[in-house]
Amino acid sequence: MPLLLNEEQTMLRDSARGFIGDKAPVSHFRQLRDAKDATGFSRDYWRAFSEMGFAGLLVPEAFGGSGLGAVEAGVVMEEIGRTLMPSPFFSTAVLGVSALNRGSDAQKSEYLPKIASGVLLAALAIDEGAKHRPLQTAMKAARSGNGFKLNGAKAFVVDGHTADLLIVAARSAGAPGERDGLTLFLVDPKAKGVALERTAMVDSHNAARITFENVEVTADSLLGDVDQGGALLDSVLNIGCGAVAAEMVGLSDEVFGRTVTYLKERKQFGKLIGEFQALQHRAAHLYTEIEVTRAAVLKALQLIDDGAPTAPAAIAVAKAKAGTTATLAVQEGVQMHGGMGMTDQFDIGFFMKRARVCQELLGDSNYHADQLARLKNY
Amino acid sequence: MASLTTSALQQAIEFHEVASKLRPTTLRMLGIPRTKRMETLMSDFDQFRSETRAWLEANCPPEMRKPMSSDEDTFWGGRHAKYSSELQRIWFERMRDRGWTVPHWPKEYGGGGLDGEQTKILRQEMAAISARLPLVSFGISMLGPALLKYGTDAQKQEHLPKIAAGLIRWCQGYSEPNAGSDLASLQTRAESDGDDYLITGQKIWTSYANYADWIFCLVRTDASGKKHDGISFILFDMTSKGVSTKPILLISGKSPFCETFFDNVRVPKSHVLGTVDRGWDVAKYLLQHERAMISGMGERGAGRPLGQIAVDSIGADAQGRLDDAMLRGQIASFEVDEAALACAAERAADLAKAGQAHPAFSSAMKYYGTELNKRRHEILMSSGGIDALEWESQRSHEGARPRAWLRTKANSIEGGTSEVMLGIVAKRILDLPGA
Repeated sequence: MPLLLNEEQTMLRDSARGFIGDKAPVSHFRQLRDAKDATGFSRDYWRAFSEMGFAGLLVPEAFGGSGLGAVEAGVVMEEIGRTLMPSPFFSTAVLGVSALNRGSDAQKSEYLPKIASGVLLAALAIDEGAKHRPLQTAMKAARSGNGFKLNGAKAFVVDGHTADLLIVAARSAGAPGERDGLTLFLVDPKAKGVALERTAMVDSHNAARITFENVEVTADSLLGDVDQGGALLDSVLNIGCGAVAAEMVGLSDEVFGRTVTYLKERKQFGKLIGEFQALQHRAAHLYTEIEVTRAAVLKALQLIDDGAPTAPAAIAVAKAKAGTTATLAVQEGVQMHGGMGMTDQFDIGFFMKRARVCQELLGDSNYHADQLARLKNY
Repeated sequence: MASLTTSALQQAIEFHEVASKLRPTTLRMLGIPRTKRMETLMSDFDQFRSETRAWLEANCPPEMRKPMSSDEDTFWGGRHAKYSSELQRIWFERMRDRGWTVPHWPKEYGGGGLDGEQTKILRQEMAAISARLPLVSFGISMLGPALLKYGTDAQKQEHLPKIAAGLIRWCQGYSEPNAGSDLASLQTRAESDGDDYLITGQKIWTSYANYADWIFCLVRTDASGKKHDGISFILFDMTSKGVSTKPILLISGKSPFCETFFDNVRVPKSHVLGTVDRGWDVAKYLLQHERAMISGMGERGAGRPLGQIAVDSIGADAQGRLDDAMLRGQIASFEVDEAALACAAERAADLAKAGQAHPAFSSAMKYYGTELNKRRHEILMSSGGIDALEWESQRSHEGARPRAWLRTKANSIEGGTSEVMLGIVAKRILDLPGA
């Protein structure tokens, strides 16, 4: 398969770009931030997303979705990255759906059509410590009657504050660090014992800390098999990492485009600053990094869709690479914009903040380089 | 009526070409059934893959599936061709007979006549068993593409089959002592003398000129105008009277490059490739291929993984991790970049096939690939520690590792320095002012 978007995917990109660029440019995000909006995204636009088929992009046709794959999800994420549009697309349509796709038929019938039609929002709760370490999950799931009792605390739950359904990773056996003994649960955020704090983040996007105190869940709320949630979680995290990496490609490309434009407009010492070789070479280097990253991310997404055994390594490469490239892009972006880049009035700082969050989201570049080394046995 | 039918047919064909690239899930979403023609197309490629795999399995000797450990493992062809082993000869001849020394060239010139997708499949299948290239030559990687684009029928008939069959070994006469990064300021003169030119001047960094049979060379046919004008691209035999070469000893202790001197060398005017005085166009086109080739030097699909090589000499901790945490991190981030570059190379080839490639993109790839290859060899030196410092011993294969390390330092200089590449990207892709 060529490492290019096909006609279909290009059409999808154009329609995502058209909608997002038109309805939700960076000024849309700025408005939500300035208003300290309680929802943190536009429900109208989410409804439009579902009408365009984006909310159900990964939902199988049998459950009211489009039955598309990781490449298409990446296409939408890249466009979201360009304007920093706050949207439950990642939390619900990517993470939520790819988790529920591996649930029972009853679970799929109950939740997937609602997600595809835009009326149900989901959030995935994994992280507990300062860094993304899924195997270190300590939150307890103790058997209780027919079901389980959950105790523990989760952080960095993307869109947790608006979720209608929480997908929670907990430990039903074993010790933190072990792969066996992880189990995923579907939890109603309104259940007794669930306490939620919306966390104001550096990037003004949406996340929450959630504590679970003796939360009772029934056996029906098990997602997948008891103690064997590791494999399910891997598949969800793989597509999630691919999606965040695609968002970082969009973000990097946008920052780079704005920066090159600025190099062609700003004059100092009687010249356009883009005439200075010191800046030209740095811009050319960044261009190359972005193109290399774009290829690595598309490759990883294609391999996920192919179900290739090499997909996990490709995902580690994509997320690690996208993280370092985005970090470079936003730093060069601010530096080359000079003092203007430091002002809140200028958009470029928003991208720097978002890139920092995307780095940590589902594991930073160091984490994924380490994953690659482990996969290669050294 | 006839035109209506034609256009309907045309539409159907276009539709099938589009649809053949779509995945089953997408097709279902669009309500498009998989057609017979698409099945045929897909199964054609599947069949080509399985036939290729079986042929390689039967015909590639196991010794030719090991990573190359030294320059001698490369077969360069030429009038004085030397095989390092009988198996190397057998492997070369089998591939040559299929046209697979140049799989994507037309069959009439000794190529395999494969299309882009088939060529990619062949490369993938060769990589999967770590099969060595049967023939490496500047005729294949540099001159061939320029001949195919700019050559007359007679020139193509004369030169391409000999390149494909490894009969003639070529070298490249570009750089001069005072024309390095500023290549267009070259001074080697070609003076008109009836149907011939008389060529006088000096080239430098001519790779393997002392082994080459023919040279493709940039000469000045007109000194009156701007420096990029008045350059011609000309081909001649290295045994011509007045040609001499002198190897240059490098920091690696080896002499892959020469100084090459021309003293009134007589060359027929019919040996000019492309238009007289417009040789810069040919030179630039060829440089794109050269840069793509050099950028590929950073790619190593096969062979022992870098992290394992380091574990071999340094050891691992109780959890099996390389017992040098900082080096392990360096290797891992190197491998991230290396894998990403391999994707970019694949994408660049696919973009080129689709006619969407930016002609200057090979400069970005050349820059990235060569810097990466230097990093790889720094890591290899660090992994080897003091064992990698030996210069002359059987144990060290005559200092193979440090010599290779030093050789890579030229990667970011030859074929255009990293700084020149960044300048080209800034000017031609980013359109930055005054670049």
